[in-house]
Amino acid sequence: MIPYRVAVVGSGPAGVYAAEALVRSRIDVSVDIYDRLPTPYGLVRYGVAPDHPRIKSIIVALQKVLERPQVRFLGDVHVGVDVTTDELGELYDAVVFATGASVGRRLSIPGEDLAGVCSATDFVAWYSGHPDHAQAAESFPLAAESVVVIGAGNVALDVARLLAKSAEDLTQTDMPPHVLDRLADSSVRDVHLVCRRGPEHAKFTAKELRELLELDHVATKLDAGLLPAGSEDPMTAANLKAFADLAAREVVDGQRTLHFHFWSRPVEFLEAGGAVAAVRLEKMQEVDGAVVPTGEVTELKAGMVVRSVGYHSTPVGTLPFDEDLGRVPHDAGRVLGPDGRALNGHYVAGWVKRGPSGVVGTNRACAADTVVSILADLEGRPPRGVAPDEVDRVLAERGVRPVTYDGWLSIDSEELSRGQVLGRARTKIPDWATLRRVGVPGVRRTSPRSSH
Amino acid sequence: MAYVIYGDCIDVLDRSCVEVCPVDCIYEGARKAYIHPDECVDCGACEPVCPVTAIKYHDDVPESQAAFIEDNARFFLEPLPGRDEALGHPGGSNDLGPTGVDTPLVSSSPASSRGA
Repeated sequence: MIPYRVAVVGSGPAGVYAAEALVRSRIDVSVDIYDRLPTPYGLVRYGVAPDHPRIKSIIVALQKVLERPQVRFLGDVHVGVDVTTDELGELYDAVVFATGASVGRRLSIPGEDLAGVCSATDFVAWYSGHPDHAQAAESFPLAAESVVVIGAGNVALDVARLLAKSAEDLTQTDMPPHVLDRLADSSVRDVHLVCRRGPEHAKFTAKELRELLELDHVATKLDAGLLPAGSEDPMTAANLKAFADLAAREVVDGQRTLHFHFWSRPVEFLEAGGAVAAVRLEKMQEVDGAVVPTGEVTELKAGMVVRSVGYHSTPVGTLPFDEDLGRVPHDAGRVLGPDGRALNGHYVAGWVKRGPSGVVGTNRACAADTVVSILADLEGRPPRGVAPDEVDRVLAERGVRPVTYDGWLSIDSEELSRGQVLGRARTKIPDWATLRRVGVPGVRRTSPRSSH
Repeated sequence: MAYVIYGDCIDVLDRSCVEVCPVDCIYEGARKAYIHPDECVDCGACEPVCPVTAIKYHDDVPESQAAFIEDNARFFLEPLPGRDEALGHPGGSNDLGPTGVDTPLVSSSPASSRGA
């Protein structure tokens, strides 16, 4: 019996969970998971904060999927460039696009392109050792004493927390040495989190807020007068309690201060000496349920600004793309063509499907929903029967040498030994050349199984 | 520290939490689900999807439900009724499947009307 063959584009949580749902399903199926990068796991590797090792350990669950006999990993293959989306459509019975949302949204206010203003996406990718961002250090002026972070979600909080922590607090993480060196030289003293609405609306989670209570060298400042008495929503109530604790806490040895500014929106970035020097903020208020500006303007000193106001996806190959929503149009995971009808054999999962919302696990249910559609569409249709090595031949002809799962294990083991030398669990390899050299060895060598 | 499922889950067993758990650490008893305190990675995916708000982070579990913090651990660390060995660290609920049995605290709880 010939198995069905499915391609998954993107090896972050959504892609890997789609592969898992497929191989656990009632059909006989093999899955090829592609990634543009030589390394798997997407934002779990390059987005989850390096000082959150427990969440990072989700990798252990994702790894089990990649190690299933029906699943192959093909890293360093850029779908849309090395192989087209249409070609994948012909080589597989179904193609699932799980390419995420990797571009930070813009605020569209004056001064946004000044030196020193960056998106959280880029800053997070840099400190996570993403190979596209290894050279990006100059974009982040850590010589600034005052940094403004715009946003009220956990990404904004990650950025603010990492900027407020001392380099010693971070040495045990998997951050590459050049990142740790830069953070050790940081002159940052004040980190300002600017949130458009009130503490009762912020999308931070209580657990992340409470984590700040444990930071002995980081003082936290916020106007307790802005905190509502409570909330019927249990998650909001937990946040308000955490904010109250943060406002009340006394830090004796505060080397840096994290300030929360609520009901404020940036209206302009101000320049001095060719780079950002301050942010003009406008006070906001709630009128009949709508958040409106008050006209009251203040200025906040800022040698660096990080905006973290959401993400959007980028178009994948020739796949339809909704520019307004910043994602691929779909119905229950089936990609919709310009005529509004489902395209045969093309599916989406994760952020490129529903936008950047939820936590890692949200993508598991999302991917499982897409797989339900795939299974329904394959029902009664025999497998195409394209030989599994056909795609290997196509890639080889084009000089593309994928990083296999074994190749990734070589990278993994090199990172673990680099970490060991420095007394850490892992130190990431942040550049393309080394990732490729280690990941596609001239002679395939066996490497120890990964341990995280 | 981990997330904890408490009494409101009894006889509801909606399983939405199981579907979003990225590490498969939510295990099914006969009348209630249980989170493995060592396998949970504290990601918080389960909390907002529970239709009866029966999941909280350890620190946030209401006083009236505090017994369930220990009871979640007991499901794994002590032999369940009728069994000789504890579940221990099964490493994934999907492979283990429903256990069909609850801790004494849960099985002795009065039947709830919520699941009806």
